[in-house]
Order: sequence, then C-alpha cells, then structure tokens
Amino acid sequence: MDFSFDALTLARAQFAFTISFHFVFPAFSIGLASYLMVLEGLWLKTGSGVYANLYRYWLKIFAVTFGMGVVSGIVMSYQFGTNWAVFSDKAGPIVGPLMAYEVLTAFFLEAGFLGVMLFGISKVGKGLHFFATCMVALGTLISATWITAANSWMHTPAGFVINAKGQFMPAGSWLPIIFNPSFPYRLVHVVIAAYLTTSLVVAAVGAWHLLRDRRNPGARKMFAMAMGMIAIAAPLQIFAGDTQGLNTLEHQTPKVLAMEGDFEPSPQGAPLILFGIPSQKDAKVYYKVEIPQLGSLILKHSPNAPLPGLKDFPRAKWPPVPIVFWSFRIMVGLGMAMLGLAVWGLWARLRGRLYETAWLHRAAVAMGPTGFIAVLAGWVTTEVGRQPYTVYGYLLTAQSRSPLAAPAVATSLLAFVIVYFAVFGAGTYYLLRLMAHAPQAHESEPPHVPQRAAGLVPAAGLE
Amino acid sequence: MSNFFDLATIWAGILAFAIFAYVVMDGFDLGIGILFPGFAVGDERDQAMNSIAPVWDGNETWLVLGGGGLMAAFPLAYAIILPATYPLVIAMLLGLVFRGVAFEFRWRDPRHRALWDVAFCAGSVIATLAQGMVLGAVLQGVHVVGRGYGGGWLDWLTPFTVLTGVALLIGYALLGATWLIGKTEGAAQAHARRMAFGLGIAMLMAMAAVSIATPLLAFDYWRRWLAFPGILLTAQVPLLVVITAVLFFRSLQRGGERMPFLLTLGLFALGFAGLGISMFPYVVPRAVTIWDAAAPAGSLVFMLVGTVTIIPVIIGYTAWAYYVFRGKAGVAGYH
Repeated sequence: MDFSFDALTLARAQFAFTISFHFVFPAFSIGLASYLMVLEGLWLKTGSGVYANLYRYWLKIFAVTFGMGVVSGIVMSYQFGTNWAVFSDKAGPIVGPLMAYEVLTAFFLEAGFLGVMLFGISKVGKGLHFFATCMVALGTLISATWITAANSWMHTPAGFVINAKGQFMPAGSWLPIIFNPSFPYRLVHVVIAAYLTTSLVVAAVGAWHLLRDRRNPGARKMFAMAMGMIAIAAPLQIFAGDTQGLNTLEHQTPKVLAMEGDFEPSPQGAPLILFGIPSQKDAKVYYKVEIPQLGSLILKHSPNAPLPGLKDFPRAKWPPVPIVFWSFRIMVGLGMAMLGLAVWGLWARLRGRLYETAWLHRAAVAMGPTGFIAVLAGWVTTEVGRQPYTVYGYLLTAQSRSPLAAPAVATSLLAFVIVYFAVFGAGTYYLLRLMAHAPQAHESEPPHVPQRAAGLVPAAGLE
Repeated sequence: MSNFFDLATIWAGILAFAIFAYVVMDGFDLGIGILFPGFAVGDERDQAMNSIAPVWDGNETWLVLGGGGLMAAFPLAYAIILPATYPLVIAMLLGLVFRGVAFEFRWRDPRHRALWDVAFCAGSVIATLAQGMVLGAVLQGVHVVGRGYGGGWLDWLTPFTVLTGVALLIGYALLGATWLIGKTEGAAQAHARRMAFGLGIAMLMAMAAVSIATPLLAFDYWRRWLAFPGILLTAQVPLLVVITAVLFFRSLQRGGERMPFLLTLGLFALGFAGLGISMFPYVVPRAVTIWDAAAPAGSLVFMLVGTVTIIPVIIGYTAWAYYVFRGKAGVAGYH
C-alpha cells in the first residue's frame, strides 16, 4: 500500500511539474501573439516605424517563448497516457475529443502560420504577413478555449453517462460538455490572466529601458501601451475572479471553503480570514486575522448570509487546505498589487508624468514577473482544490493513475527536473538577454532564412 | 457491431494517416538532426537548419494529433501502450525538447552554438530510436491484464525492438539526406547525395531484417504473410519495394533533385502498408482490437465531423507554407 502511495505522489508531482513549466509559456505567448497583432496592425494603419520596430523586437522574444511552449506542450499530450492511464481510459471519450479539436483547430493553425510570421515578411507581402500574425494570435485563443473546456469539465463534469466499461461517455449533445458550468468563468479568467501577465512583462521591459533612457521612443510606446492594458485588465480580472469564486462556491463548495480557511460553518455570516496558519489535522486556522462578515459579503453579497464549513463535509472530500489557502492568498495579493500599479500608472498619466516617474518605473520592473507567479498560484488553487478527484465527484485521483512502479516514475521525474531546468533555464536567460537589449530604431528581424525560388541566380553580395 | 465496425475502421484509417504524415514530415527534419554531425560547421549546417526551421513545428504537430487522437478515438489502446513503453515515451519527449529548442537557441547564442548543435543531434537520435522501439514493442506484443498494462517497466527491451529502433534511425536519416538534395546546392548537395546512396543501401537491409524478424515473433505474423492464398497479395509489397529501390538508385545517379525524396516516401509507404498487414485489426497485437479499444460512437462521430472538415484546410495552409519556403535554403543567420 505504501508502495502505491509513493508511485501516486510521484506521478502527481511529475504532472504538476511538467504542466506548471508548460503553463508559463502559453500564459505569455497568448498575450504576446495578440500584442504582436496589434503592433503590426497599427504599423500597417499608421506606417509609423516605431510600431514596426516594436513588432520585430517582440517577435524575437515570441519565437523563443513559442518554441519552449511547443516542446513542453508535446510532453503534456502524452503525460495523460504515461502516468494517468486509468483516467485516460475512463475519461478519454470526453476529454480526448476536446483536446483533439484543440490540435485540429489551434495547434496546426499556429504552427502552419508561425513559419511565415517569423521568416516570411520578405516573401509574402505585408497584407498576407499580417494575416499570418492574426492566424497565430487566433490559434492561441482557440487553443485556450478548448483546453479550458476540457479542464473545466474535470472540475464541473456535465452532459455525460457512465457506460458498462466504466467510461464517461457523452449522454447526447456535446454542448453541455463543452459549456459545462465553470467553463465560461474559467475561460474569461484564464484569458485575462494571459493578457495581464504579458502586459506586466512588456511594462517591465519598457520601464527598464526608460530608467536608462527616458527618450527611447520604443520604450515609451511599449510602456504606455502596457500600462494602459494593465489599467483595463487588472480591475476586470478581479471582477472575473469574483464571479468564478461564486461559481466555485456553487459547484465545488469544499474548494472555496479551503481557499477561505472556513473549517467551521458560519450560520450568522462568515468572516474574511486575511491571514492565519491553517492546520488540516486540527481542522483549525491558528493565529488568524479576520474581518467579520466580509467573507459572506464577498461570496453571498450579503453580510449575514450563512456559509457552510468544511466540517459539513466528510474529511475524505477535503482538498489539502493549507496549500489551497496559501496559493489563493498569493494570487489575490498579487492581483491587488497589480491594481495598485494600474492606479499609479493612470495617476502619472493624468499628470503627464508617465515617462518621468522613476519610482513608477522601478515598481513596474519589480512587478514584471508577478503575472507568472499569480497564474501559477491560481492554477495550484484550482487544481489542488479539485482534490481528491480528477473528475470532480466521480473519479478519485488515487484511482486514475497508471500501473507503474515507483522507481520508473521517480526516474522520469528526475529526468524532467534536470532537463527542464537546464533547457528552460537557458531559454529564460536568452529571453532576459533579448529584453535587456534596448529597442532600436532599426530593429533586426528574427534569425533569417533567406531563400530564393528555384532556378534564380542569387545577386552577388545579397545577404 | 456492424454499425460500430465502420466508425472504428474509419478512425483507424484517420490515425494511420496522421501517423504516416508525422513519420514522413518530422522524419526528414529528425533525419537532418541525425546527420547533423556529418555536416561541416558553418554554411552546410546553417543551410540544413534553415531548410527546416520554418516547418518543423507544423511537422511535429502531427505527433500531438497522433497522441491526442489515440486518446480520443482508442482510449484503451492509449492507456495500455503508453505505460507499456513508459521509459521510451519519456525519452522521446525529452529528446524532442532538446532538439526543438535548439532551432532558436543556436542562433541566440553563437558562443555555445556547438553545444546546441550537439543537443539538436542527440535529441533527434534519441527521439527516433525511441519511436522505432515503441513500434517494435507494440509489434512484439504487450502484456495486458484487464483494462491495463500488466508487465514491468523494461519488458519492451528486446533484440527486436533494438532492430526496429535502428531501422527507423536509418530511415529518417535517409529522408533527411534526400530532403537536403532538393534543398541545397553545390558541395552540400553532392555531400547529401553521397550520404543518401549509403543510407539507401542500409535502409533496404534494415527493411529486409525487420521483414524477416517479424514473422519469427510469437504471434501468427508468418501466417498473415506466407500462407496461401494471402501470399499472392502480400508478396506484392516486397516486389514493389524492389522496384522502388531500383528507381531510387537510378534517380540518385542521374542527378534527380526531388525524386530521391519522393521515392524514399514510397519506401516508407510500403513499409507502412506492411505494418498494416501485420497488425490490422489489432492496436495491441493479439490482445486488443480496434473495436475493443474504440471510444463510444458519440465521441467518434463528434470528432469525425471536425476531422473531415478541418484536415483538408490544414493540408491546404500547410502546403501554402511549404510553397512560401520553396526553393533552395540560404545560409545566413541574422539579416
């Protein structure tokens, strides 16, 4: 029994590790693809060189990010089978087609047009090149839609029956499966998160270069655009997060109670616990700092509305409370800091000092990586909060894994850790180096592939 | 059963198409990785890399379709084969990580380009060996208990899987060499042509070795291939291989630019047909048929609608991307 527990823990650690690494890249590339689309569109519309240079600047960064997203994503499409074979057999008929549609409608679209986007500007003309950029951006959003549908179904399964082989299968229409109860809320939350994460990175890079040369036109433009986007996306995200919280309360009550640290039921209205040390074993939050009635006000929009506690549910259905409690606080805390940065940026803009407020720039640099941290913290909150199930309420995680011996999983986990840190560490270093380079008036294109049509003689000296 | 028969067979056909598309498309760019140490540092390597940089990502997407499609259409097969070949699949994925990032990283870091070139080659070799060995492991059979894999984590390692791994390594290298004949010129092209000649001979030997070894495996493969009257049909496969091989070496000597690549695809298609003769209708030989493994009709129909409408569009824009980057590859990195 101990043996199988070990293999299970290792399999969970491996999935958490590989998907966390993978998730970081799309969180950045979804937003960056849309940003590149806007930049190229503005360039075509205004003819202004600053947009063309910014496009080329960020395209090089996009190329490196996208490559890492692709290779870490291929891993994910096989991790279900290698480590979660029973889940794949049982939930494959539902989750599989959603992921197959993601491949067909999104991955091929992105990959098919990426080559033209990166290397084709001199080969296809501006209009077609812009079209390729739009297709890549569209592909990233379609991809987010399908994978969020599949993931949401695991949280709030709907539209299925279980057949004689123990498999989940569609009860009829696929619409209730795709548009399962948590899907719309989760999709909005995920896409805004991607835009916010990208905006924070762009703002940080712009701010970094403004601190060195506040007249650099590229740095000014990217900082202004990104701070504008943060001002829109940060408050929207807080609102979207609130609606997803209400949805979770309805469909996955123990998860919200773990996020809030509410072990005891609150018939007269729940407080909001700001901080504390939750203990799963003692079913109690120690040293807590709380604001009375605010929990009910947020979750029920009424200060005296009763809320259940985890003790209303059997212990076997509790997620690991301390992890969910803390990751949720990290996400919300960073979200509030982003809102603060947005307000500060708006204030500086209104006073006409957006490019001159050095402390704002320093704050923006410091906030640069917080989008990634918030995204991962949010991901941990929702996925650990789904425990002890893979398909919420129907299939236990402990019953989903492959029949693999612990040494096999331990070896592969070790290999993933070593390879990912080496390879993606190098990639992150290259990204930072590209970002440390100030945007130029004549920004170079990505590593180029000059080719000529068959039969033509190359002009001498043409690079 | 009869109603179901159609859907499962159609899906087996679609997945076979996806796997074949993957093998021929990623095959040549993995092949270039395998041959990479043989290319001169500088122009020849840059040319080889540039000839695949705009398309490798799309090529690899077919592997994702193969994995996702198998999970969706034949979840039971996916749930048995991947745990049975666990170390191979993990090795393949890590190999693909190394080679995939090398495309960008080698340009980003000229001082460590040699290092990323090693990663590109080693990743390609590991991924290819692993793919060939997975194929061999499936052919030689997998221990199934109930609805899952029942063997140990190194059961796949046999002389036969080593043979299929090496055979695929030779095959991908040949695809890479013949692809380069069409994409390069001058000394690089002459080099590719010489490599293709030697690899062509090795490929025929590998095909012969796998063909002889397969009927010697535990199952009734020999009856499928050698019993009368089926042999009248199955004998056409080696016959066509011989004809294709003759045409291949002739076009190589006559300076064909694209024919060697297309004829190598022909050899792969014949090998693939042979695989079909050995396996159909099993996905896990002698344990799980496509009907045992097929997802419920509701899942298969839903995906079929999308696949039939979207795959032609994908082929359309993929062909366009190849068309944009037609012609000979250049050598320059930065512009």
